[in-house]
Amino acid sequence: MTRHSISPRKLLPLISFSVLLIATFALQERAMSYLGLNLLFNLTIPIALATIGQLLIIMVNDIDLSVGAFVSLVACIVSTLLVQHPWLGWLALAGLVLAYAALGALIHRFDLPAIVVTLGMSFIWGGLALVIMPAPGGTSPEWLRALMTVKPPLAPMAVVAALLIAAAAHLLIMRSGIGTVLRGLGGNSRSVARAGWRLSGLYALTYGLAGVFGVLAGLTLVGLYTSSGASVASSYTLLSIAGVILGGGEFIGGRVSPIGAVLGALTLSLAGSLLAFMHISPDWQIGAQGAVLILVLAARLLFTRREALL
Amino acid sequence: MTPDNDKRRWRAGLLGLALSAAALSAHADTRGETAASPQSPARTQVEGQTQAPPQESATADKRIALSNNYAGNAWRQQMLAAWQAQTAPAVKTGVVAAADAFTIAENQPTDQAAQIQNLILQGYDAIVIDAASTTALNGAVQEACDAGVVVVSFDGIVTAPCAWKIVNDFHAWGREQVDYMAKRFPDGANLLEVRGLPGTFVDDDLHQGIVDELKHYPKLHIVSSVEGDWAQDVTQQAVAGVLPSLPHIDGVLNQGGEAYGVAQAFRASQREMPVIIFSNAQDELAWWAEQHRKNGYQSIAISNAPGIAVVAFWVAQRILAGEDVPKQLTVPLYHIRQDQLSEVLAHTPKGSVADQIFTRADVEKLIQQTRKAAAPGTEAATAPAQTSAATPAPAQEPKP
Repeated sequence: MTRHSISPRKLLPLISFSVLLIATFALQERAMSYLGLNLLFNLTIPIALATIGQLLIIMVNDIDLSVGAFVSLVACIVSTLLVQHPWLGWLALAGLVLAYAALGALIHRFDLPAIVVTLGMSFIWGGLALVIMPAPGGTSPEWLRALMTVKPPLAPMAVVAALLIAAAAHLLIMRSGIGTVLRGLGGNSRSVARAGWRLSGLYALTYGLAGVFGVLAGLTLVGLYTSSGASVASSYTLLSIAGVILGGGEFIGGRVSPIGAVLGALTLSLAGSLLAFMHISPDWQIGAQGAVLILVLAARLLFTRREALL
Repeated sequence: MTPDNDKRRWRAGLLGLALSAAALSAHADTRGETAASPQSPARTQVEGQTQAPPQESATADKRIALSNNYAGNAWRQQMLAAWQAQTAPAVKTGVVAAADAFTIAENQPTDQAAQIQNLILQGYDAIVIDAASTTALNGAVQEACDAGVVVVSFDGIVTAPCAWKIVNDFHAWGREQVDYMAKRFPDGANLLEVRGLPGTFVDDDLHQGIVDELKHYPKLHIVSSVEGDWAQDVTQQAVAGVLPSLPHIDGVLNQGGEAYGVAQAFRASQREMPVIIFSNAQDELAWWAEQHRKNGYQSIAISNAPGIAVVAFWVAQRILAGEDVPKQLTVPLYHIRQDQLSEVLAHTPKGSVADQIFTRADVEKLIQQTRKAAAPGTEAATAPAQTSAATPAPAQEPKP
């Protein structure tokens, strides 16, 4: 059993995050403060939550191309319906989670390719968001704004929230009994079925949980930005996939790391800030973010090869 | 732990070092570039336009950043050029320590919010914003205000109460068009209205100005209204589509950027050319000048000058210097009269827009006027916009 020796492959997300963080601090010492850390990371909280949602889907060998549209829709509901009619708003959000669960069951009941179904759903979510909110606007519920601007002692909100998300996701996915079964679903779904589990129920649960994290992402987004629009989170789809992969997840086999995924999301946004501090034109920043991703993946490949040789 | 494991760790560490070394050296490179670039292109244009009054030292160590959400059209390009041309001498003469412009890659409020938070971290004392969203940046703007950063928004303004707002009076733009038509056609006229992007603040406000002013001139009639989206091609199609069903048109009311499309549609329909109100796009000004040469065609041009960015810069500078500046300032619209046309056109590059240059003195005058206008009234917050617009636009000649 090599459970307690942590391979460098698993440490890679932490290493790449630390390198970027040290470089950022070296360039901009203002970032090394309570306020600085919060400014650096608070906008990443919704992305980290969306990344955990994506991680759940990737864990069962699927991929979710509708994360961005879904989070945008949630944000539109939160900034309008939830403010005006709280009960109706919560009901709508619960309905969205159920819709996600149903989608998961549907995909596996009929053996549909998730990539196509979620791509299609992204247009449905986007359309609904436009119906609710034709032009950007809306306001944040008071309590939500207060929650996202809270100033806890010792560490800033962004750091506390990132730790909470990582811990909760780790407990749920890596430590709990049902989490282990769900990971097994990605590893070998047939043996899970033979163990007596109903697969479509498990897939529904996975997608439903992803929906819950999507809703949380939308809530925190509105709390941070104080308003929303039908395409406010459109970049989250790619960011969440990149975050999962950067965090040590694999597209197949149920091999994922929730703590790594949160670190991956933080690393991506840190890369953006670092490039801004380096006065690199924003035109190059998207490409540079991609370069960071490729670098880390290349490093991982190196480690994986070494492991395979041993 | 096996020695192999150790080796792997070493590799990871090396990789990390290499990464950060690359990052640092790249940083050194770009520093050099950015330090050199702001001065060179602008110097020749603006010699002697910024005077150096005695109270300079107050903001000599202050740094101002421009956060811009979009640079994809002629107006924005001119806006960035004006910022560069006017702020570079201010940096050179030591009025402020820096005036850097940053444009986000995609017009997304989420990106701009992150950019603003990075600018706070970089220690800028003031951030001037042309915003991607009136509301979605309020979280980041509030963070800036809480961190003691002065936030001045212009053109695309933000609603956060702690931010200063530099606006154009679009309502007056609508009113002035109607007034001109009333002067040209005292016996009454049929008018066509071309509207902008539906649902935007600018379109609503400008249209309301037209509607309100028309109440004073019962002989002027709007016989039709089309949606032009501030774009020539859309406008040309929309006007061409509606023309066959319309009576004789005497004049066309515009929102800026679409006049050339209107002219093309009328020419294609073989109708008599109506009086078209122009804006500041070079192509329509060139067409106007050509028509004037050919047959004495007369009109006026009203627009919002991209130089408003420079107003925002000087306002930020005044606030940093400790001056009490009203929270909302209305910048006069940019007028081009018939007799100024050829001179303006000579200074406007093809495919660009004509601009009005605001100097520091202009901005100081604007602040004083607004303050005076606000003083007697009770509603200090909203009054300036209306009152300063009601007085005729101050004698600010365009200095292209």
